[in-house]
Amino acid sequence: MSSLRITGGTIYDPANGIDGDVGDIWIVDGRIVEAPAEPDASADRTLDATGLVVMPGGIDMHCHIAGPKVNTARKMIPEEKRTAEPVRRTRLTRSGSGGSVPSTFATGYLYAGLGYTTAFDAAVPPLAARHAHEELEDTPIIDKGFYVMMGNNHYVMKQLAAGEPGRLKAYIAWLLQSTKGYAAKLVNPGGVEVWKSGGGNVHGIDETVDHFNVTPRQIIQGVASTVQELGLPHPVHIHCNNLGLPGNHATTMDTMKSLEGYRGHLTHIQFHSYDGDPDDQSTFGSRVPELSEYVNSHENLTVDVGQVMFANTTSMTGDGPLGYYLHQVTGRKWFSGDTEMEAGCGIVPIVYKQKSLVHALQWAIGLEWYLMVDDPWRIAMSTDHPNGGSFQAYPEIISLLMDRERRLEVLAGAPAAVSDRCTLKDLDREYSLNEIAIITRAAPARMLGLAHKGHLGPGADGDVTLYSPDDDIQRMFELPRYVVSRGEVIVDDAQIMRDTRGRTLYVEPEYDPDAVDDIQAWFEKTYSIQFRNYPVGDHYLQDPLVVPTS
Amino acid sequence: MSTTEAATETAPGLRVVQDATCTFCGCVCDDMELTVEGDRITKAKNACVLGKAWFFNHHVEDRPEALIDGQPAGYEQAMDRAAEILLSARFPLTYGLSDTTTEAQRVALAITDWIGGIVDTTTSVCHGPSGIAFQGVGEVTCSLGEVKNRADYVIFWGGNPAESHPRHFTKYSLMPKGEFVPNGRKDRTAVLIDVRKTKSAKAADHFLQVKPRRDFELAWALRALARGVELDPSIEETTGISLETLEEIMDGMKKAKFGVILFGMGLTMTRGKHLNSEAVLALARDMNEHTRWSAKPMRGHGNVTGADNVVSWSTGYPFGVHLGSGFPRFNPGEFTASDVLARGEADAALIIASDPMSNFSQPARDHLEGIPSVVLDPKLSDTARTASVAFTTSTYGINTGGTVYRMDDVPIPLRPAFDSPYKSDLEILRGIESRIRQRQLAESLPDPAASGA
Ligand code: SF4
Ligand SMILES: [Zn+2]
Repeated sequence: MSSLRITGGTIYDPANGIDGDVGDIWIVDGRIVEAPAEPDASADRTLDATGLVVMPGGIDMHCHIAGPKVNTARKMIPEEKRTAEPVRRTRLTRSGSGGSVPSTFATGYLYAGLGYTTAFDAAVPPLAARHAHEELEDTPIIDKGFYVMMGNNHYVMKQLAAGEPGRLKAYIAWLLQSTKGYAAKLVNPGGVEVWKSGGGNVHGIDETVDHFNVTPRQIIQGVASTVQELGLPHPVHIHCNNLGLPGNHATTMDTMKSLEGYRGHLTHIQFHSYDGDPDDQSTFGSRVPELSEYVNSHENLTVDVGQVMFANTTSMTGDGPLGYYLHQVTGRKWFSGDTEMEAGCGIVPIVYKQKSLVHALQWAIGLEWYLMVDDPWRIAMSTDHPNGGSFQAYPEIISLLMDRERRLEVLAGAPAAVSDRCTLKDLDREYSLNEIAIITRAAPARMLGLAHKGHLGPGADGDVTLYSPDDDIQRMFELPRYVVSRGEVIVDDAQIMRDTRGRTLYVEPEYDPDAVDDIQAWFEKTYSIQFRNYPVGDHYLQDPLVVPTS
Repeated sequence: MSTTEAATETAPGLRVVQDATCTFCGCVCDDMELTVEGDRITKAKNACVLGKAWFFNHHVEDRPEALIDGQPAGYEQAMDRAAEILLSARFPLTYGLSDTTTEAQRVALAITDWIGGIVDTTTSVCHGPSGIAFQGVGEVTCSLGEVKNRADYVIFWGGNPAESHPRHFTKYSLMPKGEFVPNGRKDRTAVLIDVRKTKSAKAADHFLQVKPRRDFELAWALRALARGVELDPSIEETTGISLETLEEIMDGMKKAKFGVILFGMGLTMTRGKHLNSEAVLALARDMNEHTRWSAKPMRGHGNVTGADNVVSWSTGYPFGVHLGSGFPRFNPGEFTASDVLARGEADAALIIASDPMSNFSQPARDHLEGIPSVVLDPKLSDTARTASVAFTTSTYGINTGGTVYRMDDVPIPLRPAFDSPYKSDLEILRGIESRIRQRQLAESLPDPAASGA
């Protein structure tokens, strides 16, 4: 039994209604426990947190950190890696490269260094699940898992077209079990298949997908309801159609409305909130006011932002036609990878510039979202790492949310037209530390259905981040004083003190074993590998934890 | 590794392993049905001639566990010696890796990182130029099942798959009936581009004999035609192929629904090297303005694709990575194994499942022979013969489980056929790593590279 006591810190634990109270936290064998009754109780180790801000470990619910597209991006951008700050080997830790797509070991250390202890890769093609798990095993310290792409899956679309909800349900459960994935992800539902089968895309949720006779709407509703029936901890996770296109707000609104009666999470909503004419970038603008109003009045929906920050980064997506679009817009090198029966992929390096009207608007639109969703429990911080920017930009985003002046300074350096096309300059709201703790910890944990994360009550994982208060908010969040993972001090004053492995989180929804024959018959006709070589074996999982379905 | 559930005992001493995987070439066929009698594979259903040779010629040889300076030694002693060699080196080189599992590759990466060496794989001597081209222009590609299900126009360029990847035609690229090409071969047009008429030409509808060392010009001409640029008929003198033929090919390429270019080392290892790959990748990319096209290098060794992936996720770079400064640096030509050795730079080597003494340049071989080296190989290769420590290993896919990445990055699990008395690469490398770590942590020297998160 090992124990840790964190004494006298100023605690922000919104899930338990604690907003800046001074108190102690006790962790025994990796879990938070009630403070012992005996007044002279002692712990193996005590951290004096007097004067420090104490929060649960951070949770990134939408990032791209493992699997084929992340690794392809790493291979593709030596010119960026060459100039990025590397992560140096220490006596205890491996080396790695940094930049917009850090290597696996670097990713784990960099997240831990920011006080983040959990992260989910948001888009893994099932056929590459084994690869994603291998990378996650080489991603130290943080707990992790991934979402399984199924919005362009042939079997899913066939069952929807055939009106076979039972088969769909069995398949989704079987697929999650086979991949050891955490949640169901839709990426441009139907549109990627159109791209794969001859080029093009769908442009709205009621267009029919060639060959399959289904619409994006059917895919969205069918998967949303199935996920709900299976009782998965996280609702369907949706990357809407028409990402990035001027005028895409209408598709986003249609998608939100189609979810009436279902729970749903809309991801990187910033990229889906644009005004304008799809064929004319100069008409670009914000439609956040009406979209956020809809979210405010519909409790079945949650969002994460996908904030854009001004820097060099790499766009990587399961949205194949989007990759092609970005390649055409930027003229930069382009990777596209189609996975049989399942998914697509696009990668393009990109630079977001403050002086660009479109980029500055994207930045402002992301901030509008944070500031216009009234209930912080329904919005999670994300950059859609690395699409809008690196997860390493979170401290800077926090400072923008907590400091209106700082936002206006950045806005002043952007083209003047930005302020005419969005409402950012009129938004006075400034986040409190408690609200920051919600959007970076408590809310993502709740959206993910992780009862043991995102809070500091008894039974929670002993994942705690301690910050030294600083007038420079960005610096405060960039350099936590201590980071504790499962009750062990992992980071002390920016030094990694222990190289731990972290856990893999996944779900095991039940399915009717009789349904497998049909899946197998389809699989054997279509795939290029053997059916029995598809499911990921237990030995690929590192210290696995099955999160229960309800 | 939970890989043995595949085996069914049919008679005493006779077992059948279903869905086993052949790692002999980049096709990584995972539909092998192996009949095993004792420690021999007697039948390999679905295997091609190369695959059969791979499975049947595998016997457990009666060799010592290891050799230290040519003298028989046990594993423990040999691992001690290997750790010593690697720890005392100032500029160690790790090389090979393409014929072992990703699990073993990951430990090799860890060792190289802990000792601050260079890690390079056989990619640098096969499709390294394709990797460099990829960094220049990107790549539009797909999994082999996409080729099987959709491709109605297939171009093989600078390769002879009929002999190098014998089942590629039948399993993936030409013959199979696919979802959108229901009639299989009848629904596909096949083109072979090569400097000589190989066996593969028989399988193609069109054979284009390109003049030697003119692949780049040919790809550029096709790019021009794709863009609608008028070409001078003298292109025939340059490339060996008439303008009329080129126009006919381009017409077919544009009319295709889903085309793919599968290119081999005849493209990447001849004049122009990565520029040739770049031209072909760019051609496939450009074709997407008309219809869907993909390109894909035909990788050779069983798990060279896994090696690329492991080196990339561990360091951020695909091959030729220097870890001696405490962080990864990438520079092909500087940090690639054959160059490091030919310049006489490395002072120790860890060679895994590869035989550079049989295929590197003379200066590289001379240097390798003169430095202490640790070699892991199932066979007594030329490289193992000159090693300071040569480990006898079991063979991946036949004796040990693990993961292999097919040429299209699809990871496939291995189902071994029978046990070997020898340890796997993974076990030996883990033994070496733990010895190195024990020493490093015990010495508790202040780490010059120590820095923050
Ligand atoms: S094609 Fe390659 S992988 Fe397949 S059986 Fe033949 S040698 Fe083995
Ligand atoms: Zn994303």
